[in-house]
Amino acid sequence: MAYNLKQELNKPERFLGGHRLCAGCGCGITVRAVLRALKEEDRAVIANATGCLEVSSFMYPYTAWQDSYIHTAFENAAATCSGVEAAYNALKRRGKIDDTYKFITFGGDGGTYDIGLQSLSGAMERGHDMVYVCYDNEAYMNTGIQRSSSTPRFSDSTTTPVGAVQQGKSQNKKNLTEIMVAHGIPYVAQTTFLGNLRDLHEKSRKAIYTPGAAFLNVLSPCPRGWRYPAEDIAAVVKAAVDCCVWPMFEVDHGVYHLTYEPRRKLPVEKYLRLQGRFAHCFKSGNEWMIEQTQQWVDAQWEALLEKCE
Amino acid sequence: MSIRERLSGNEAVAYAMRQIDPDVMGAFPITPSTEIPQIYSRYIADGLVGTEFIAVESEHSALSTCIGAEAAGARAVTATSSAGLAFMWELLHVASSSRLPITLACVCRALTGPININNDHSDSMNARDAGWIQIYAENNQEAYDNYLQAMPIAERSEVRLPIMVCQDGFITSHSVENIELLEDETVKAFVGSYEPENYLLKHDNPLAVGPYGVSSYYMEAKMAQAQAMVCAKQAILETGQRFGDLSGRYYGLFEAYRMEDAETAIVLIGSSAGTARVCVDRLRAQGRKAGMVKVRVYRPFPGEELADALKGVKAVAVMDKCESFSTHGGPLGAEVRSALYDASVHPLLINYVYGLGGRDFAVTDCETVFNALDEAVAADSAKPVYRHLGQRGGDLSGL
Repeated sequence: MAYNLKQELNKPERFLGGHRLCAGCGCGITVRAVLRALKEEDRAVIANATGCLEVSSFMYPYTAWQDSYIHTAFENAAATCSGVEAAYNALKRRGKIDDTYKFITFGGDGGTYDIGLQSLSGAMERGHDMVYVCYDNEAYMNTGIQRSSSTPRFSDSTTTPVGAVQQGKSQNKKNLTEIMVAHGIPYVAQTTFLGNLRDLHEKSRKAIYTPGAAFLNVLSPCPRGWRYPAEDIAAVVKAAVDCCVWPMFEVDHGVYHLTYEPRRKLPVEKYLRLQGRFAHCFKSGNEWMIEQTQQWVDAQWEALLEKCE
Repeated sequence: MSIRERLSGNEAVAYAMRQIDPDVMGAFPITPSTEIPQIYSRYIADGLVGTEFIAVESEHSALSTCIGAEAAGARAVTATSSAGLAFMWELLHVASSSRLPITLACVCRALTGPININNDHSDSMNARDAGWIQIYAENNQEAYDNYLQAMPIAERSEVRLPIMVCQDGFITSHSVENIELLEDETVKAFVGSYEPENYLLKHDNPLAVGPYGVSSYYMEAKMAQAQAMVCAKQAILETGQRFGDLSGRYYGLFEAYRMEDAETAIVLIGSSAGTARVCVDRLRAQGRKAGMVKVRVYRPFPGEELADALKGVKAVAVMDKCESFSTHGGPLGAEVRSALYDASVHPLLINYVYGLGGRDFAVTDCETVFNALDEAVAADSAKPVYRHLGQRGGDLSGL
């Protein structure tokens, strides 16, 4: 059945309003879109790393989650989820439960690229039937915009501030999606909420319903940390994919597919200019920053295209 | 009918686990507890159990998977030692505050610095305030018996706390001793099945676990944990009684050995009790009124009961297999001393730190302790009240 956003939006919400995420937060969009990919009749258990999503959605005694939900700590969401999945298998085998459950973990880039990487790697390698969704907003936003290994080079964060002798973060963004591909798991995809959210929906569906471990990396901008007007989020993600800063692709059982190819690849400054965290790159004398960012993005993009051929 | 066997402490715990057949085991190898998941893996390979065995990439994930599994409605177990328990530290608190009765077989070993694989209690004592029930074994039989009692204690609705079943690394875990085992069916009937009220996979009612608890709720959550630990004491006593009725081996909070008329006493935990018992018997043969208290349950701490057991003695030595660097004693010493403060009579008290990193505790060492107690009685002074035993060189200066 063809994807229809209007129809999808008429499904009962599994992540309810009333949560305390900021207006225009990318992670809320990601969560709602991923959960819409669940078949209505299927149950789910959601695991969540400590972070914005957790503190905003389950503040005792309120929860925004319609499905069962578990938060334990920052660095172990994947391991926690793998324990739930193992319990499901054991209890199902012993005839104690008969519902169909799906297991989805949400973590930010801090909880996924950094402190939770070991736990994630372990869960993926063991092949639990679960999906790990990283809502990547490229810094530790919950604690106040500190750099992570996902933060792009030159980004102005509170632990890589722009000063007299330092120009924001000095390292490039870690390529976590490729690290996950290297685990040889059945399904890995990178996406964001472009247009009518079809790409995100379809990848979520595949990730949830492909047996075994799956990983989704979803660029989920943070208006506070990236410093753009909240209402511009659609333009920001569009620029991210059209500048090839955030290519949308999937690796299905080892086979790469580019799922979105920009009609015309835009220069990276179109993306950088929308965000205050890169404002210093546009100061006179800092042209080299934009040039080097362009070179890096081009190299990454070319390497990806080669794999997709 | 009981089964007579010869097993090591690790084998005994793995055997108990097989009889219980828990739903999920998350485990990671670390000396000296490694054998437990290793033996259990063999049971799985041979199809003797239906457990989901998760060979995780760290102890941190071992406890994380247990938390996820137990919250999901399954019975989850793990085993670890030393650095492994230390690596679980954050999650120990998550497990207890989430009120998940996970069973952890702790094979006690020194903490690193310098690295050492031998026995002391620095691992489990460092976890003493994590909200877990802690029960210690003297020997293989007790390791087995305590393990069988763990779930009936921890899973009671008024308790619902995780439980650590501790034994001494190598001394107990690797020594083969005679042991009496119960039949599989007897164990299954005694332990029963895990029937939580609420869990993630419950059909009728989804559950959310692990909230952000702001100041207006956090303290009530901690009070509920503290109350559960109060209730654990009764659960431990009743379970010990029920186990005794079944096996002939009765268990309480501690064992008082020849304490009825004792004038000096030694209080300790774990395998050293075997040594102390021999020492007490020798001293008694010489006409000296010595006694021993072997603490079995450290959490909840049996403070009033210990004070009562020690009320008749003139001097007591409290033995800590753990240094707390407080400059006035180890954890057991501090808590026994605190319990005695509220009692009407106070014996003289010396707190010894001993046996660190596998340092031997021989009958002669135990005699040294009793001699010191006699000297204290004669001098009517226990000073210095914080001492070390069995190390090279003298004791601490400046106290």
